[in-house]
Amino acid sequence: MTAAELKSQFPGVTERPSLDHPAVNVAAADIPALLQHLRDAAGFNLLADVTAVDWSEKVSPRFTVVYHLYSTSQHAYLRVAADCPDNAKPSVPTVSHLWAGANWHEREAYDMFGITFDGHPDLRRILMWDGYPYFPLRKEFPLAGIETELPDPEVVAETGVKARPAPMAGGPFVASSGEMNLGVAEPRAKDESWNERRPKPEGSE
Amino acid sequence: MAAEYTFPDAGAKNAVCEFETEKMSLSMGPSHPSTHGVLRLQMELDGEVVTKAEPVIGYLHRGDEKIAENMTYNQFVPYTDRLDYLAPLANNMAYAIAVERLAKLEVPARCQAIRVITAEMARVSAHLLGLGAYAIDVGAWTVFLYSFTEREKLYRLFEKLTGARFTTSYTRIGGLMRDVPPGWTEEVSAFCTQFLPLLEEMLQLLTRNKIFLDRSVGIGVISKEDAIAYGLTGPNLRGSGVPLDLRKDKPYSGYEQYDFDVAIGTTGDCYDRYLVRAEEMRQSCRIIQQAIAKFPGGPWFATDAKKIFAPPKEKILTSMEELIQNFMIVTEGPQMPAGEVYFEAENPKGTLGFFIVSKGGGVPWRLKIRAPSFCNLSILPKVCVGNMVSDVVSILGSLDFVMGECDR
Repeated sequence: MTAAELKSQFPGVTERPSLDHPAVNVAAADIPALLQHLRDAAGFNLLADVTAVDWSEKVSPRFTVVYHLYSTSQHAYLRVAADCPDNAKPSVPTVSHLWAGANWHEREAYDMFGITFDGHPDLRRILMWDGYPYFPLRKEFPLAGIETELPDPEVVAETGVKARPAPMAGGPFVASSGEMNLGVAEPRAKDESWNERRPKPEGSE
Repeated sequence: MAAEYTFPDAGAKNAVCEFETEKMSLSMGPSHPSTHGVLRLQMELDGEVVTKAEPVIGYLHRGDEKIAENMTYNQFVPYTDRLDYLAPLANNMAYAIAVERLAKLEVPARCQAIRVITAEMARVSAHLLGLGAYAIDVGAWTVFLYSFTEREKLYRLFEKLTGARFTTSYTRIGGLMRDVPPGWTEEVSAFCTQFLPLLEEMLQLLTRNKIFLDRSVGIGVISKEDAIAYGLTGPNLRGSGVPLDLRKDKPYSGYEQYDFDVAIGTTGDCYDRYLVRAEEMRQSCRIIQQAIAKFPGGPWFATDAKKIFAPPKEKILTSMEELIQNFMIVTEGPQMPAGEVYFEAENPKGTLGFFIVSKGGGVPWRLKIRAPSFCNLSILPKVCVGNMVSDVVSILGSLDFVMGECDR
């Protein structure tokens, strides 16, 4: 299944560069119709994965939603990608009415990126707790995390404890060869918004 | 006044109640022996019958995908151990192949064979735990003792190969941590030979056991259509009668050379899923023995990938060029081209997928882990409804999930 074959029915479909499986780009609004066509007429009956990519806050369109379909009869994968039109309030139509399994995948994409899936029956956070204020897989979210209230206000009132950012020393390391000074050549956390040399921003604990 | 309840699940028993009863809500987990980790089930009960079940997950969320964006490809290998921590070797292999697909790198036959052997050993080990834990859940203690004795033997072999029993981190991008030690393949072969009769003995405790049959036959039936709609994979999908096995359908790492059968169920109940796992262990031993019989020689890492796989240690310590090469791989990471790949491997729990978006260099821009347990659990709200609370325990055991992978 290639972009050329889909073009007759969906003129908006274009080829997407890919290193392995066939891949197509499509407008966000056409997603449910295209995926329904692929499921019913082209044999891509298994929705393997739904996820999103954040291309960083400087890029527009910023968010791309990516679907991976698998055909149990042809043993082939297909990647379908759609850019979210609005960078500030990214949204795409849901496909949870086509595959029940899309429900949780879309909840996860919402939880991690803040992408809303229009028409989703139950769009709540799934991995983070309800009421968590951030979207952790967005590129501006620091690796160490941000201090937040714990989900239970009674526990917070009783203990005064909050969810604290991870200490950067001891975090995941990447050595940056550009500023390599052999005296301090320890590999550093890639996110260096604060560390031993650069003080933490005001207001954080 | 009689109120008749018809539960949404078509296969479920219809309960007719004499009186309108008050619904009770029950939270099961996150620390409950039958939820195998930190799964929480928020249930609504009518007497002892489940009318609603809502899984609450995320208690073990560690942000693996965020972490992956901030480290080099090789540094992420230890994190893959902690996805499905019952089969770390299989996760290591799936991740390494995904990144190798990105680099369009083929590893030599010996490396592929070692990866197949270790992945199948991991499958046996994972299914043994699944079997033992499921048996305990439905009241048969003995199986657990037998299966853990066998797992211990496997752990000894893992330790001999990788230095670690549990978190093996065995693969590297473009190869392995090290070659197999002398005599190791013979020990694995000997393990398989003695394990197969023991497995039959273990299964005899369950397969025709009246109590076990009562607890599993006809319980938690998942239809073919539902299994596909919810994205189930692995033994749970095959138990429902869908013959999807990526080792057969899209062979990787040389699986096409080995003879093995794909076990599928007929009704999709808990008993079928148990039978499928039992048969998979036999087939895994068959694959291991074939791989050992024609164990290829030659290099065990990609020798033509100078920017991806670090050279042998003795060369690093004696030659300037190899020293620089090693330094660059350690500090900057294995160098990858820009692009997108998605690779799924047939892991013990289902298909583990890695979607990698690269902008070039040694660090992924985005790495998504498609966890089989996550998808397998999403069917719980559907499959639990209409069953007794004690049957929910049986369903959870037969779905055989791992929360480390589900929550990532």
